[in-house]
Amino acid sequence: MAVEDIGSGCSSSGDQEFHVLAVDDSIIDRKVIERLLKISCCKVTAVDSGSRALQYLGIDGERSSLEFDELKVNLIITDYSMPGMTGYELLKKIKGSTKLRQIPVVIMSSENILARIDRCLEEGAEDFLMKPVQLSDVERLRDFMLRGGEEERELGRKRKTPDDSCDCRPLRKRPTPLATACSSTFRALEEPVIVHES
Amino acid sequence: MQRQLANMKQTLFDQGYLDEQFIQLEELQDDANPNFVEEVVTLYYRDSARLIQNIEQALEKSPLDFSKLECLMHQFKGSSSSIGAKRVKSECTQFKEHCRVGNADGCKRTFQQLKKEYATLRKKVEVYFQFARQIGPVEKACRSK
Repeated sequence: MAVEDIGSGCSSSGDQEFHVLAVDDSIIDRKVIERLLKISCCKVTAVDSGSRALQYLGIDGERSSLEFDELKVNLIITDYSMPGMTGYELLKKIKGSTKLRQIPVVIMSSENILARIDRCLEEGAEDFLMKPVQLSDVERLRDFMLRGGEEERELGRKRKTPDDSCDCRPLRKRPTPLATACSSTFRALEEPVIVHES
Repeated sequence: MQRQLANMKQTLFDQGYLDEQFIQLEELQDDANPNFVEEVVTLYYRDSARLIQNIEQALEKSPLDFSKLECLMHQFKGSSSSIGAKRVKSECTQFKEHCRVGNADGCKRTFQQLKKEYATLRKKVEVYFQFARQIGPVEKACRSK
C-alpha cells in the first residue's frame, strides 16, 4: 500500500477541512478511526455514544442554528453495536431530523450480516464498512464524499424548502472498490463540502 | 537489529499471535506519531483488564447470564480484532459460540484458555516493543510525514 504517497500534507485552512464525527463506544476503535481520519486529512470529533453524538449535533438540546452551522459536520461515521443507542438507531434519528438528514452517515460493524447492511442502507446510510476499518476504506470514503459533494450541492440548490418530504433521495449503494478507484496521491480539497444549507 | 525486529514480528505472525491488522496499525505511524501502535495496545490492555474482570464476575453468577456474557465478549473480540490479536480473537469467537448455545462449562473452559492466550500475547508484544524502542523511532516509522 503506497501510504508514503499521502504524506504531502493536509490543507491547513480550517474552513476547508472535511469534518467527521466519529461515534464508537470502544476507546481503542475511537483512537484508530481518529488516526485513520486524520491521516486522510479530516478534522475529527470522536464521541463514545449515540446520545453524545446527538448532543454534539444539537438535536438533543436546544442549540441555536447559528452554533450548529459553525460545527459543519460533513460526515458521521458510527459503530453499529453500541450500548444504549445502536448505530442504526442513531442513523434513524439523524435521518429523521430536518436539520441533520443531509449529513451522510456511514456505519461500521464487525459482523457481516446482510440483513443488517440492507437495513442500514435502506434507512439512508451512505456506506457500511466492515471492522477493522482500514486506511483504504477511509480514503475511498473521503474521495467518494468529495465527489458526491458536488452533486449534493446541486440537489440542495434545486430543493428550495428544507421540508423535504419527497422520497426521491437516491438510495446509496455500497460503492464497489473498483467504482471508486481513488488515486494513491493526495488530492487537496478544492471546495468545502457543506451538506446542509445555512 | 532491524532484521531481528522483523524476524520477531514474523514469528509472532507465523505462530498466529498477530495478524495483518497489526501491520495496518504500524503503517499509520509516522515521525509525528512514532508510538501509535504502542499507544493503541496500551489502551487495549487497560480495556481488556476491565472486560476480563467483568467477565470473571459474570461467570461466578448462577445461572449464567449468557446474553450479558456474549455482549462483554463481543467487546473483547472487537478490540482484539482492532489490534490484530488473532489467537485472543479466536478464543473470543469460541466463547461467544458457547454463549449462543448456553454451554456454561464451555464458556468457563474457553475463558481460561483465553486468559492464557492473552497473557502470552502481552508478554510477546512487550518484548517486541522493548526491542523496537531500543532500535529507535527512526527505523520504526515507515511513513514519511
